[in-house]
Formats: sequence, structure tokens, C-alpha cells
Amino acid sequence: MNLSVNIGKLKLKNPVMTASGTFGYGEEYSEFVDLNRLGAVVVKGLSLTPREGNPPPRIIETPAGMLNAIGLQNIGIEVFIKDKLPFLRQFHTPVIANFFGDTVEEYSEAAKRLSDIEDIHGLEMNISCPNKHAGWIIFGTDPKVTFEVVSAVRRATHLPLIVKLSPNVTDIALMAKVAEDAGADAVSMINTITGMSIDIKTRRPRLANMTGGLSGPTIKPIAVRMVYEAYRAVKIPIIGMGGIMKAEDAIEFMLAGATAVAAGTANFVNPTVTIDIIHGIESFMKENSIVDVKELIGALRC
Amino acid sequence: MSRYFRAEIKENRPVDKSYNILGLKPLKPSREPEPGQFYMIGIGGEYDPLLKRPFSVFRKNSDGFQILYRIKGRGTLLMRDMKEGVVIDVLGPLGNSYPLPDKGQIPLIVAGGIGIASVFSLAEKLSGESYMFYGARNRDELLMLNELKGLAEELFISTDDGSSGRKGTIADVLNDFLTHPSPVTQAKACGYSIYACGPKPMLEAVSRIAIDKGLNGYVSLEENMACGVGACLGCVVKTREGYKRVCKEGPVFPIEEIVW
Ligand SMILES: Cc1cc2nc3c(=O)[nH]c(=O)nc-3n(C[C@H](O)[C@H](O)[C@H](O)COP(=O)(O)OP(=O)(O)OC[C@H]3O[C@@H](n4cnc5c(N)ncnc54)[C@H](O)[C@@H]3O)c2cc1C
Ligand SMILES: Cc1cc2nc3c(=O)[nH]c(=O)nc-3n(C[C@H](O)[C@H](O)[C@H](O)COP(=O)(O)O)c2cc1C
Ligand code: FES
Repeated sequence: MNLSVNIGKLKLKNPVMTASGTFGYGEEYSEFVDLNRLGAVVVKGLSLTPREGNPPPRIIETPAGMLNAIGLQNIGIEVFIKDKLPFLRQFHTPVIANFFGDTVEEYSEAAKRLSDIEDIHGLEMNISCPNKHAGWIIFGTDPKVTFEVVSAVRRATHLPLIVKLSPNVTDIALMAKVAEDAGADAVSMINTITGMSIDIKTRRPRLANMTGGLSGPTIKPIAVRMVYEAYRAVKIPIIGMGGIMKAEDAIEFMLAGATAVAAGTANFVNPTVTIDIIHGIESFMKENSIVDVKELIGALRC
Repeated sequence: MSRYFRAEIKENRPVDKSYNILGLKPLKPSREPEPGQFYMIGIGGEYDPLLKRPFSVFRKNSDGFQILYRIKGRGTLLMRDMKEGVVIDVLGPLGNSYPLPDKGQIPLIVAGGIGIASVFSLAEKLSGESYMFYGARNRDELLMLNELKGLAEELFISTDDGSSGRKGTIADVLNDFLTHPSPVTQAKACGYSIYACGPKPMLEAVSRIAIDKGLNGYVSLEENMACGVGACLGCVVKTREGYKRVCKEGPVFPIEEIVW
């Protein structure tokens, strides 16, 4: 049975990865999960300099989901390299560094710095961030800006480049195509969907930041639809995520067109979920006489 | 020993109309909890409620451990209906614990409301050495009084409505105690160490008193949590060194560290 898949020139031993921001820097879950078993570890979003993030409350639960407004708190690229990467180096699992910036220049500089480091095997650029030079409009919601920032990062790195798309757009297929045209090796989707929740007793927003990103099972049908739409628009691989809680969900994403998948919020509910998903995919393949997991990719019957 | 395990519900009984004790027996060997640590309890229900709920270890017992919980919202309402014999998912023990007092220091334990759940096992561990200050809204919400009497050198009580103990806040009672110490405590004490758990305004008031009087001590804080293991950065509180995670660097913080 073959579970391996390729994301550009990056070979994964199986299609199951962790979603950025939900698995810390790998360490936090290493007592529950043998990191060697994972397809890849994607770390919390990094920026050139550390970020403090938003005031609490930062998370609240919603029906079958959660809203988060962490505000991209992170230790910064340099501290990551010095303090967190050595731990991840012990494992034979590719490390994918998720990163972001406030300007196109910051994105390229971050990509350049991360590309100099041995044992970072791929980059995932989070474009669901506001652009300082364009009235803080999200990079990933304007096709022109998306093209510009992805092209700049493409020039700055030789590493496999994954562009993480924002779902807060009308036409996800267009955004996927823009990323592909700008030189991305893969797209990952979906990031969280902007949401809001109000406490009717106090009449205050339940998150200090007012709005936050919705994740978890509640967003899965939207994410599956978006992967399906993007699959028909691009040739590069798609990494699917959004509410994956079990192997059946992962398989659903692959049938819609994903080459690999990531578990995010599910880690909070079940710390061993990534391993459970790998086992579940194996059992499904056995039961259905599938010898290569790649047979599932886009194998939706219409 | 894994901190992610399944546990059987041995008891789930009311101690008052809005408080229950849940007794859990881990189905495989699990780590011993220390006073101040907490567990993330899985409530079940396919995906709603989705997240586990954090609860302090209340007491260890022969089966495993107990938690004392207040029925507050949807999750704890569902918890109240969980039956004996049911098996649930548990993550823990998590977070840090209360550091013990230095030699000669008298521990002053301050609990507000359900904060008693977190400090109860500390009082047990300090076996009768502590002075305990316990405040609640009213007489009905003072829990475990009989057990507490045997656990502390002295027990001070207050209620918001005066239905039991002194009328007012427990921070006021603590302040009076420190301002007018009894000859007995004065003779014994080479300093005090404060341990407080309860609602934010109470913790802030206790911290002011401690700082005012130059005492050292600790507060146990709460924030909404998702992962409980330091991965999501959801549960932070503001400290003098920036945001820190309640689930990892806490829940117990030195009083002087917190920015209120
Ligand atoms: C470290 C720690 C220890 C705790 N120990 C205890 C204890 O021993 N006994 C006890 O009764 N309660 C304790 N709490 C509070 C308890 O976790 C909440 O009362 C409980 O999560 C409420 O869930 P709910 O679904 O009933 O309420 P809802 O208000 O419906 O919950 C909605 C969401 O908010 C979260 N939430 C609500 N209130 C709190 C809170 N005060 N702290 C953290 N998250 C909250 C819930 O987890 C849930 O995700 C502790 C909290 C923390 C952080
Ligand atoms: C607490 C939290 C933090 C996140 N942080 C990041 C981040 O730093 N960078 C990023 O690209 N995505 C981040 N995400 C988005 C996830 O990686 C993922 O795209 C999204 O949550 C949908 O998947 P899920 O439903 O499986 O969680 C975060 C999500 C959550 C819940
Ligand atoms: S609850 Fe996730 S970091 Fe504390």
C-alpha cells in the first residue's frame, strides 16, 4: 500500500499534516503523537519580528466550531530557528514554516531568511493578513495584490512554496489560479472564515478583537466545496483543510481534489487525531482495495 | 504514562443545586495531579460541544481523582447528566501547581466561589498549617464547609449578603487579618505566603493587598481554553513579560507578575 504523495518536489510519507497555529511548534503535541509518523509538521505562523497578538478573550466556542482571534502572536523567525527548530530536526518529517508579513517586502525577506535554514523543507505563506500599504486590506482577497506578493516570495525562495488561501473571497478558483500563475508549488485551503459572536446580555462582542476566524467541523462543507472548485482550476497540488476530524473527512477532501490534508482544530479535541486519521485512511484503502492513496485524489464521481 | 486517557465516571453527585462532584477513574495508569493543576474533560456529544472543558483537580481518591464543578453553561449542564459507568476522554494533569511556602511562612489560602475547587487539595497537602479565607455569594454557595474545618488552622468565611460569616468580600477579611494579626499568628509567622483562586475582581483585590503589605503569593487564573497544552495561544493573560499561557506557564502565577 502506498500512502506517499508529493507537494512540488517535497515528498510526504503520507498525506496527513498539521494545520498551522493548531499544533504549536510540534513540541506541544510530541508526548501524544510520534512526529515521525506525520506527513509533515506545519508550524505556527512566523514573522520577521515577534508579535504580541490580541488581548483575551481570544477564543470562544460556537456550535460545532470555534472562533479565534489570536492575532498571529509568535516568537519571530530568529527565536524559532534558535529555540524550536532543533527539536523538530530530530524527526524524519518535513518541517513546513508558515509565515506572513505586513508588506510585500516583509514577506520576501521572511521567505529569504527561512530559505537559508537547513531542515526547513517547505514554506507556507499565509496571505490572510492585512497589507500595511493598502489600507490594511487582506493580501489574499485582491487578486492583483495576491499575484504581487506571491511572485515576490517566489523570487525569494527555492523551497517548495505553498500559498494558503483565504476563504473570505467570492471566487476561490480564481485565487488559486492567481497563486499558481505567480509561481506557487501548491495551494492550501481553507484558512478560517471571518466570524463574530455577541453576548446578548452584555451586548458586547464575545471576542476582545470583535471578529475572529471560524474553524472546526462547522466549516467543513464550505472547505470541501472550495477544494472542489480550486481543483478544477489549477494543476498544482491542493492541501485541504477545514473541519477535518477523522479519516472519512480527510478522504472526502481528497475525493474533492486534495493531494494532502491537514488537521487543525481537531488536535484540540483529540490530541492523537493525526495518527488516527492515518490509520483510518489505511483501513479505508484496505477495505476498498486501493493500493495507492493517489487514486483518491479528485476521484469524485459526478 | 500518557496524559491523554479514558476514564470511567465513578460518581457524579450534586453537592448543591448548582454544584456537582465528578469522580473519575482513569482506565490506565495516569500521572498524579498536584494541587493547582487541571484536567481538560471531554463532554462527548459528537461535535457540539466541541472543545474539552478545563477543571481543577479537586481531590485525589482511591479511584483516581475528583473535580468539583459549577453548572454554568451548556457544557456543564450536559456534564451534570453524565451517568456513572460512562467512559470519557480526559487530558491531564495540565499546567503548573502551587509552589509550597518557604520554611516558617504561614500559608494563607483565599478562595472565592468555585475557586475553592482549586485550593482544596492545597489545604489538604498543607495538612492543617494554613489559614483559610473563603467567600461566596451566599450561604448556599459555601461548599464543603465541614471538610474544610478540619483542613485549616483557622477558617474565615464571608458572604456577599451576610447570610453566613462576615458580610462583604473575602479580600476585606484577609485585609483585616493582616492589618490586625492575632498574637498567636504574629508569634509564629516569619512571613506569609498567599494562595488565591476565584473571580478576577477578587484576585485583583487580593493582589493589591499582598503588594501593599509586601507579601509574596500566587493567584490561579482562568481563561477560555481550546488545547490545554500550550499549542493554540488562546488562553493568554497579560503579565509583566508579555502574554503568557494560562494552560502552560500557569494557571498559577506569582502575584507580582500579573498586569490587571
Ligand atoms: C485552569 C482552569 C480551571 C478551572 N477549574 C474549575 C473548577 O475546578 N470548577 C469549575 O466549576 N470551573 C472551573 N473552571 C471554569 C470552567 O472551565 C468553566 O466554568 C466551564 O468551562 C464552563 O463551561 P460551560 O460549557 O458550562 O459554559 P459556557 O459559558 O457555555 O462555555 C462556553 C465556552 O467558554 C469556556 N468558558 C466559560 N467559562 C470559562 C471559565 N471561567 N474559564 C475557562 N473557560 C471558560 C468554556 O470552556 C467553553 O469553551 C476552570 C477554568 C480554568 C481555565
Ligand atoms: C487557534 C488557531 C490558530 C491559527 N493560526 C494560524 C496561523 O498562524 N497561520 C495560518 O496560516 N493559519 C492559522 N490557523 C488556521 C488553520 O491552520 C486552519 O486553516 C483552519 O483552522 C481550518 O482548519 P480546521 O477547521 O481543521 O481548524 C489557525 C487556526 C486556529 C484555530
Ligand atoms: S489553551 Fe491552547 S495555549 Fe492554552
